[in-house]
Amino acid sequence: MVAKGKIIWISGPAVKADGMSTAQMYETVEVGEDKIVGEIIRLTGDTAFIQVYESTSGLTPGQPVVGTGSPLSVTLGPGMMGTIYDGLQRPLDKIAAKAGDFITRGIHVPPIPKKKWNFLPSVKKGDIVKAGSILGTVKETDLIDHKILVPPTHSGGKISEIVKEGKYDKDYVIAVVDNKNDKYELFMHHNWPVRQPRPFSQRYDPELPLITGQRVLDTFFPIAKGGTAAIPGGFGTGKTVTLHQVASWSDASVVFHIGCGERGNEMTEVLIKFPELKDPRTGKSLMERTILVANTSNMPVAAREASIYTGITMAEYYRDMGYDTVLVADSTSRWAEALRELSGRLEEMPAEEGYPSYLASRLAEFYERAGRVKCLGSPDRDGSVTVIGAVSPPGGDFTEPVSTHTMRCIKTFWALDTKLAYSRHYPSINWMTSYSGYAESIDNWWVSNVDKDRPKLRLETYTILQREDVLKEIVRLLGPEALPDEEKLILDVARMIKEGFLQQMAFDKVDRYCSPEKQVKMMKIYVNFYKECQKALSNGVSLESIRSLPVISQIIRSKYEISDNELEKMDELYKITMKSITELSGKEVPVVADSK
Amino acid sequence: MPTQNRSTGLEYSKISEIKGPLLIIDGVTGAAFDELVEIETPSHEKRLGRVLEIGGGRAVVQVFEGTTGLSVSETKTRFLGKTMKIPVSDQLLGRVFDGLGRPIDNLPDPVGDRFDDINGESINPERRDFPEDFIQTGVSSIDGLNTLVRGQKLPIFSGAGLPHNLLAAQIARQATVPGKGEEFAVVFAAIGVQNSEASFFRKSLEESGAIKRSILYINLADDPAIERIITPRVALTAAEYLAFEKDTHVLVIISDMTNYAEALREISAAREEVPGRKGYPGYLYTDLATIYERAGKIKGRNGSLTQIPILSMPSDDITHPIPDLTGYITEGQIVLGRDLHRKEIYPPISILSCLSRLMKEGVGEGKTRQDHQNVSSQLYSAYSRSLELRALAEIVGKAGLAPVDIKYLEFGDLFEDKFLKQGFDENRTLEDTLGIAWELFSTLPVDELTKVKQDEISLYLKAKA
Repeated sequence: MVAKGKIIWISGPAVKADGMSTAQMYETVEVGEDKIVGEIIRLTGDTAFIQVYESTSGLTPGQPVVGTGSPLSVTLGPGMMGTIYDGLQRPLDKIAAKAGDFITRGIHVPPIPKKKWNFLPSVKKGDIVKAGSILGTVKETDLIDHKILVPPTHSGGKISEIVKEGKYDKDYVIAVVDNKNDKYELFMHHNWPVRQPRPFSQRYDPELPLITGQRVLDTFFPIAKGGTAAIPGGFGTGKTVTLHQVASWSDASVVFHIGCGERGNEMTEVLIKFPELKDPRTGKSLMERTILVANTSNMPVAAREASIYTGITMAEYYRDMGYDTVLVADSTSRWAEALRELSGRLEEMPAEEGYPSYLASRLAEFYERAGRVKCLGSPDRDGSVTVIGAVSPPGGDFTEPVSTHTMRCIKTFWALDTKLAYSRHYPSINWMTSYSGYAESIDNWWVSNVDKDRPKLRLETYTILQREDVLKEIVRLLGPEALPDEEKLILDVARMIKEGFLQQMAFDKVDRYCSPEKQVKMMKIYVNFYKECQKALSNGVSLESIRSLPVISQIIRSKYEISDNELEKMDELYKITMKSITELSGKEVPVVADSK
Repeated sequence: MPTQNRSTGLEYSKISEIKGPLLIIDGVTGAAFDELVEIETPSHEKRLGRVLEIGGGRAVVQVFEGTTGLSVSETKTRFLGKTMKIPVSDQLLGRVFDGLGRPIDNLPDPVGDRFDDINGESINPERRDFPEDFIQTGVSSIDGLNTLVRGQKLPIFSGAGLPHNLLAAQIARQATVPGKGEEFAVVFAAIGVQNSEASFFRKSLEESGAIKRSILYINLADDPAIERIITPRVALTAAEYLAFEKDTHVLVIISDMTNYAEALREISAAREEVPGRKGYPGYLYTDLATIYERAGKIKGRNGSLTQIPILSMPSDDITHPIPDLTGYITEGQIVLGRDLHRKEIYPPISILSCLSRLMKEGVGEGKTRQDHQNVSSQLYSAYSRSLELRALAEIVGKAGLAPVDIKYLEFGDLFEDKFLKQGFDENRTLEDTLGIAWELFSTLPVDELTKVKQDEISLYLKAKA
């Protein structure tokens, strides 16, 4: 029976209603005369505690509250791709068409359009289908074939009817399944409760890297497909730009960007930029494989809490079709704050800094929804959800609850560094404090697909940076002149690596994406440059003459002067580099005596 | 206030408790959340408040003008059946109001084209237009390095005794979009500022004649603290109307947001809410966002709303919750530094902690100048290197530095003296600003200029004298 009650108390986004004894936990309800959406988060006797997803301004006690009988769910079917949703899966352009430039309250719009899609069946009458099996496909965009799935909780059975290829809308019965005399009608869409992970048949180990085209990430701090990463950063550390880069350039098929309590203008930037950005592999607009969930900081706080679940449920749905998906949640701190605000209104006993005691378990549950899996049903296929969560620690303090709990849930940590950002070193990922738990497990992929020397080069490059870090301490105390030339050389090469390899210009046409092949070739130049210079130094060449090598600036500029389709120029540059150092040794040996 | 003329509404007199800025009324039925309440004191003075919590016959009302002089038995309250609205029209220009939007310039109440809810509504992100029109403020360290664009919210983080008001006034006077000839309307919301600061700002606008296209909302330090919750919202409601209904470019200056957050904390404490950091309520971020996010541009409308909120960092601590959360919402920040101020450099903008997130959209070829972004990166990297070396030189002495390092040290001094430092009345064009930058670059070896491109060097770098 559907619960029908009355409002008895209102404070901000929290509402209490009585007469709700038949309501269920996490059931969605319609609140007040405007039928604004809310969700039950606590039941005491016949009193329900409701978090309301829109402004409660003007609500009065006594107004009706009506249950819907189902938990907060999303509608999954063709027509989602390229859409920008709010936290409750309402398309923002449809809201605008209905309500104008500002978001008013109580607007109801369908999440997917009632449009006719060309459905191409892939099963025939008499076939046995199971939960999660593919019934057919719809060309959703030029880049995405939308697989129509048997809902994952369905009992399956024998296909007794299936439509021919043709145009159907989401409410047309495309197939009928018989199971022990029961007949089930299947549509091109189904609903799924957002707080419940979608099932799969088996989880794989993280062995494939997600290639992002960002050198510092791919080379030093990689993330696996189906992996989890956190990217913290005080404001102004370039977190947003880094996340946009990953979303635009990573080799995932579908990208989800959840703007959770983000800036409105930043969301607009995504909205304007993504359609302009071309998918690097197909040349099509990036929006053809992107879904955005936008709940900006001034939109209702409860919808912000829901938005990351809305996003990840949609990501799991595309994973179930067999796609690699990347979900970027920016920022999980805002989500945690929404949790805190609602917990405060519930007058729950707070744990650290006012956050509820279940913060850690909620975070863990969310990140565990990432993974590379074998999907349910037939045919066999694999899909993945990679989750990248941004954390915005107040005051850049990583010991605060959201950061510390997040660190326990993730394997890759991209530490953004304020100091680097201030000196305009972008992406400002600190190479000493970041880490990746996938570096070992994905090495095989690099060795067999790119270059067998890659693990060695990576280690050698990293060693130079590590040694520089130690030497920096000495320089800080004694000045650079206190070091012997061999160590000055390390400082010099480290500076070149920082400028020419670690720094990457997100707004440069060439440098914004760097292929795995080019990354390895660049490392090869830096590592061998260092080795050869070391030799040259021991042969008596002066550091001054090494420093004045014209090839140095060529090496640094190679990141944006040599594009990915002319990699032979990298090999050439390598030869020029080697040659110019050798020439130095040849020429300079006699002069060395009076160079000091 | 037009609401004072209304005599309708439900009247109650059963007040059960008065604590801090809150009034708790019993036996209330039919009142709505966020509803406006009129309070009549025992001496028949009228005040305004709004409902913060309602249920079980109890209403918690926040009194804007404070609860001094109210009594449990003789105070009457009237629920007005609507949320707080103010009249908006372009007649507001040139007027001065108090923190609740009531005139204090001895002129009659303004006539509104319509009444707008002071809480506004969130702009649909899908309908936002991306800010990209360069605003020339005439201040080198902003124009050259942290460019402001129309529709941006760029706060000034300041400290006690730093000249943020001088800088804000300078921006208000000089802000212009080169080549467009469209003037800004200025909406100034003073929140808990001292009398002298408010009158300085007013005078500065009067002297430049800008007062005719300005609206001032003034809540002084000795005005009721709770009124401060309302002041920025009233100001932004007027600004939104001008920007989005009257196609005006509006610059909103709010000073000082720290006082706003203090008022919010006072109410939160009185309601005995679970505090977040430093006693500020857990929803401080959400609440600040409802103010800052009202900046922007909307597709198909010609106006824009640019915000420059000013906040003073308690004990110059940028990690304090107020600047910290503000920085997460706004698109960058301008930070004033005490070190530079001590060196008598005006404006004391400590550029290394500054950022304008929208700069890259507003600069470059066709917008400002092709070399703008790279010049900025080069200045940043050279100046930050010079500061590192300055610290080093203090330990090892100049003698311990390489010749090129000495060049950098000199660059740092020149940068502060020629680029940062400028007069309070000095209005530099962007060409001037970039020209100074290239002059400074000429003091460094050409090889060191790795952030600017080769063709830019050959075009702009003058040969060393």
